[in-house]
Amino acid sequence: MKRRDFFKSAAIVGIASVFKTNALASVVAGKKLAVHSEPDLVAVMGGQPAVMLNRALKELGGISHFVKKGQKVVIKPNIGWDKTPELAANTNPELISTLVKLCKDAGASEVIVFDHTCQDWKKCYTNSGIERAVLSTGGKIVPANDESYYREVELPHAVSLKKAKIHQALLDCDVWFNVPILKHHGGAKNSISMKNLMGIVWDRGYFHNHDLHQCIADLATFHKKPALNIVDAYRIMKSNGPQGKSISDAVMLKSLIVSPDFVAADTASMKLFSQVQPTDIKDVRHISLAEKLKVGTQNLEKLNVKRIKL
Amino acid sequence: MKYLKYIRRTLALLFFLPIVLFFIDFTGKLPTQLHQLLSIQWIPALLSLNLVVVLVLVVLSLLFGRIYCSTICPLGVYQDISSRKGRFFKKKSKKVRFNYAKPKNILRYSILAVTVIAFVAGSSSLVLLLDPYSTFGRITSQLFRPLAIWINNSLAYLLSEMGNYTLYKVEQVSFVGLAFGLSALFFVVVTIMSWLNGRLYCNTICPVGTSLGLLSKISIFHISMDDSACNSCGACAKQCKSQCIDSKSKNVDDSRCVSCFNCLTSCKKNAIKLEYRYKKQNSDAPEAINNTRRTFLLASGAALTTVALANTKKFVGDNDSMLIRKPIMPPGATSLEHFNAHCTGCQLCVTKCPMQVLKPAALQYGIAGITQPHLTFSTHIFCSYDCNICSTVCPTGALKHLLLEDKKVTQIGVAHFRKEKCVVFTDERDCGACSEHCPTQAVHMIPYKGGLTIPEVTEDICIGCGACESICPARPHQAIYVEGSATQAKAKKPTEAKKFDKKIDDFGF
Repeated sequence: MKRRDFFKSAAIVGIASVFKTNALASVVAGKKLAVHSEPDLVAVMGGQPAVMLNRALKELGGISHFVKKGQKVVIKPNIGWDKTPELAANTNPELISTLVKLCKDAGASEVIVFDHTCQDWKKCYTNSGIERAVLSTGGKIVPANDESYYREVELPHAVSLKKAKIHQALLDCDVWFNVPILKHHGGAKNSISMKNLMGIVWDRGYFHNHDLHQCIADLATFHKKPALNIVDAYRIMKSNGPQGKSISDAVMLKSLIVSPDFVAADTASMKLFSQVQPTDIKDVRHISLAEKLKVGTQNLEKLNVKRIKL
Repeated sequence: MKYLKYIRRTLALLFFLPIVLFFIDFTGKLPTQLHQLLSIQWIPALLSLNLVVVLVLVVLSLLFGRIYCSTICPLGVYQDISSRKGRFFKKKSKKVRFNYAKPKNILRYSILAVTVIAFVAGSSSLVLLLDPYSTFGRITSQLFRPLAIWINNSLAYLLSEMGNYTLYKVEQVSFVGLAFGLSALFFVVVTIMSWLNGRLYCNTICPVGTSLGLLSKISIFHISMDDSACNSCGACAKQCKSQCIDSKSKNVDDSRCVSCFNCLTSCKKNAIKLEYRYKKQNSDAPEAINNTRRTFLLASGAALTTVALANTKKFVGDNDSMLIRKPIMPPGATSLEHFNAHCTGCQLCVTKCPMQVLKPAALQYGIAGITQPHLTFSTHIFCSYDCNICSTVCPTGALKHLLLEDKKVTQIGVAHFRKEKCVVFTDERDCGACSEHCPTQAVHMIPYKGGLTIPEVTEDICIGCGACESICPARPHQAIYVEGSATQAKAKKPTEAKKFDKKIDDFGF
């Protein structure tokens, strides 16, 4: 919050507490007062990506709760692979275009999308359908294929990954959304919201050399948290991840899991995933490691979870 | 007749500019179909046994002489540009361009003979070294392309600092000393020779120029001087970049004339013309006619044997002994023998490879194979599964055209796993980067201990793309690496996973 904004809202809150008019209370509703009534995690099932996203955001107070006029927004999908949407290797393009449009409509000055891809980045951007999804809704898709786009940041709470080079677009934005796809993963066992963070850093080789799971958990301690983790489970990849071999690896679940809490989002996603491919969440070690670093909680019971079937 | 020069210039630029841009294009935006401009180059057409193109080029040469040299060959056109620049820098008083010079017959015919004999004996090293198109390809890709990329990257850096990402950074051409040195050497030699003496390189060193010269000696149309009208003023000779017009003896050396038609506009007396060679049975010295016949026979004989023997499997020298690790050839190379004999190192596939995994070889294929492409893997640099560009653009047939489906099962090498170097073994930590990147899951993870998984390779579905090697965190010696195949076998198709078709309508939490 800018100093000026702080004084403004302090003044408004002051006046509101004196007059207690509904009109004035609604002005500050976007800030603090309404937070407690909002769920910590929203799960939606049974709709198209756009419909499910709109519904989930409605539960969370609408996009304007997260994106303010004039802000620079970054959206980080998974665009790691040169694969088409039906193969479920990358985040659903419709989900991305809907989110870009929502941010633009909320008055974002700029919506930037990028991923540090694993394969030829231009082909990944094109064939995932995400480039078109972003451009057609007024967003910008930027390259992440060169070290010069990254700046080093400290991760003081980390165990293994003490510093990382993170994409400047993300470092310079006002708010960002982490939009992974739910996938099986040969190395990290599963790829969900925390694993998706590997696409904001430059040197991923270090991760594999210094305890992959610990490094993934460490990266989640980065102080600039995403406003929301929006886990795309419209189609999931149940096997042969993270690339997949064929369409048989993809399963249509028509689901979406949204939470600002990395650990909660990943825990809920794992439970959804295990119905298709039974997996012990303990093997996805970075989830418990992140909990240990106080990144979030695996205990969904304690949270206000909203389940919606369309 | 005067318009011929302008037609030639226009055509030359129409061939030259797309070729240059195609080689420099690092964005992949130019259509790959442009490679067809390169299949009509003389040596690539011969090597790929593209009989239609060979026939067209032979007919063209028999009609008008060395049209190939003046319009189609990019190195030839480059020399014209260079020699024009040369004139630009000279003082006005010295703007006399060229003077007649005697042909360097012994030199040029020896180079041609040695090249042909070596090729027939099975070594294409001189063809690789001297093919003008390939030389031009190497110069452009090794010298001009890096320059263009450097300019692009500097601009992209400046723009991205201002938050503008319209331009993006491109991986710089990797530096291979021998390939760079060879290209630079030819660049300097060709530039200096053309700067000072026009088409001297084409008429002395280039075996293509020399062999086409033999054809143009008997071409149906040729430049001839009208003895009665010519006053030996030498104006035409000054325009002749081939230095083949002897205005004193009123004679044009057809074998060196590149059919540029510059001389046609220079004569005030209209004494120099493009003429039908066989229009009258004049009383020329009979031995001259005999000579042309002989040279024609020699030329066609040489051309035929070249074509016939282009496919010979023989190879001079034992390649294997020179290799440290078996080189990995691009998909479509079929076998080391075929590839080494047909690739002229033009660098087209290297410049078109979107992953930049193809690099010019130093000595991996032996001395004869300097600049022939091979794959070298490094972080994020491996052969993309859904790409077959190299095999589609190759103009010489060194890489057979592979359909994408066929490329996906072409085994360019096989991955080998060394457990003792793997981080799962050494650190007892999860990794799986290799399997993660493996497109066929030939590299997959199997249970190890305590919930850990370790890679395993199913060799018969591995295609050697190197994704695993490129990403393996064990450095400097990766735990998984690809050994090139000397003969590219067909890999088995990977088996698909079981489909999941139960309906899930619960969140599970």
